[in-house]
Amino acid sequence: MELRNFLIRAADIYRFLVRVLKEFFLPPYEWKEILRQCYQVGNKSLFLIGFTAFIAGVVFTRQSRPSLASFGAESWLPSLVSQAVVRSLGPLITGLICAGKLGSNIGAELGSMQVSEQIDAMEVSGTRPFSYLVVSRVTATTLMLPLLVVFADVIALLGSFLMVNFINKTSFQLYFYEVSINVTYLDVFSSLVKSAFFGFAIGLVGSYAGYHSGKGTTGVGKAANSAVVISMILIFVIDLISLQFTNLFR
Amino acid sequence: MKIAAFPSYPIRRDDSAEVMASIRNLKKSFGDREVLKGVNLDLYKTENLVILGRSGTGKSVLIKCIVGLINPDSGTINVLGREVFSLNPKELNDLRLQIGFSFQGSALYDSMTVRENLEFPLRRNLGIHDRDELHKMVITALEDVGLAHTINQMPAELSGGMRKRVGIARTLILRPKIMLYDEPTSGLDPITAIEINELILSMREKYKMSSIIITHDISSAKHTSDRIVALIDGQSRLEGTFEELKHTKDPDLEPFFNY
Repeated sequence: MELRNFLIRAADIYRFLVRVLKEFFLPPYEWKEILRQCYQVGNKSLFLIGFTAFIAGVVFTRQSRPSLASFGAESWLPSLVSQAVVRSLGPLITGLICAGKLGSNIGAELGSMQVSEQIDAMEVSGTRPFSYLVVSRVTATTLMLPLLVVFADVIALLGSFLMVNFINKTSFQLYFYEVSINVTYLDVFSSLVKSAFFGFAIGLVGSYAGYHSGKGTTGVGKAANSAVVISMILIFVIDLISLQFTNLFR
Repeated sequence: MKIAAFPSYPIRRDDSAEVMASIRNLKKSFGDREVLKGVNLDLYKTENLVILGRSGTGKSVLIKCIVGLINPDSGTINVLGREVFSLNPKELNDLRLQIGFSFQGSALYDSMTVRENLEFPLRRNLGIHDRDELHKMVITALEDVGLAHTINQMPAELSGGMRKRVGIARTLILRPKIMLYDEPTSGLDPITAIEINELILSMREKYKMSSIIITHDISSAKHTSDRIVALIDGQSRLEGTFEELKHTKDPDLEPFFNY
């Protein structure tokens, strides 16, 4: 019975994914709603991502420095931090924060719309709620995650520079010159593509959970919870696949 | 007394009346639970048909089947000459534009103001984007329900009765030919319930719509119905006017009239 339920759910998610991809290319395009959702995604997450990335940059630098110093390789610090931040830390921090903040928000918002029959009301008035509610949110998270990752990377590196500068006086130009020569186009490109997939997964899972929310407040709570948990798991899975794939080009 | 016991239904009140919607032998189960066990009914032009029944007898499932929100297991639903379950998504969408649905809980979009709620179907379905035209249509619809002053308020700021009225205005703004009301007076005080009943009657007068009103409120059934179909245990068991049914000896229906 458990396996049967799992397979039914998997088939349901697959159909949902296909419907999202299909409606993504079908007019009418919800430009205004997509822009509104992009603003919401950015606005809701910017401060938290910036704050967390800054702390992560400071802490990572502080903790890595003694190990490098024991080899007399402190000058490699910008290289180590920049590669760690751009390849993994930035996308992962951003993805996990967005999974928590946006995933739960989308799941709860659509869940409560489902419970209060607002989605049915859109459906019966012929307003194609799937395109308006789901496709716009999935598009917004997919577009905004890479931008948020760039923001997180810059803030984390800034935090790292301040830490380095606090311990050993280092010029801003020198630090970021070291960063720039150690980060490749492949690092940046793979990081952006990976984060777009993170965004797609967060939007898709949050929308699916909300759209198929159970009855009552418990249903909305479960929708928000499962949106966060499944998004986080997917983020680690995508990160792993992305690592294997990117290594083919290194 | 002309009380018809199914399956001798349908009784035609007026043979010349145009049938707007027709349901035959509709069945629907959820898991092992059989909710609709063979519903038959016709809705005639400009009539108010009340579906009366206890909670949990499948009344809401029935009207959700009419607009294609729920797929029945068997049976047919013909609305405005079209079989609902043989339509493709585009055709179903077009049909839905001619059917208004007033939800039990109003289902107002709570992230939008009253104005945006009413503009939403106009912008998306009719492609109207001209501000003046939208404003005129929204004001007319809100004046119909006596709530023009709430235009810039959020749904959360409205009382239950006001939300019902705005929900009805949002539905009527597309000028549907058929209106479906799901428990229009549930959860309202008696005075507000009377106001909603009068609104249902006045909207029928003004826009010449046919309506199906789902209710367990006998007072609402008395005020709004031209004809009543009693839905008992998932079946359309009795049909007649309020006056005809109020003397029924049917053990499942009698308590409604003699509570």
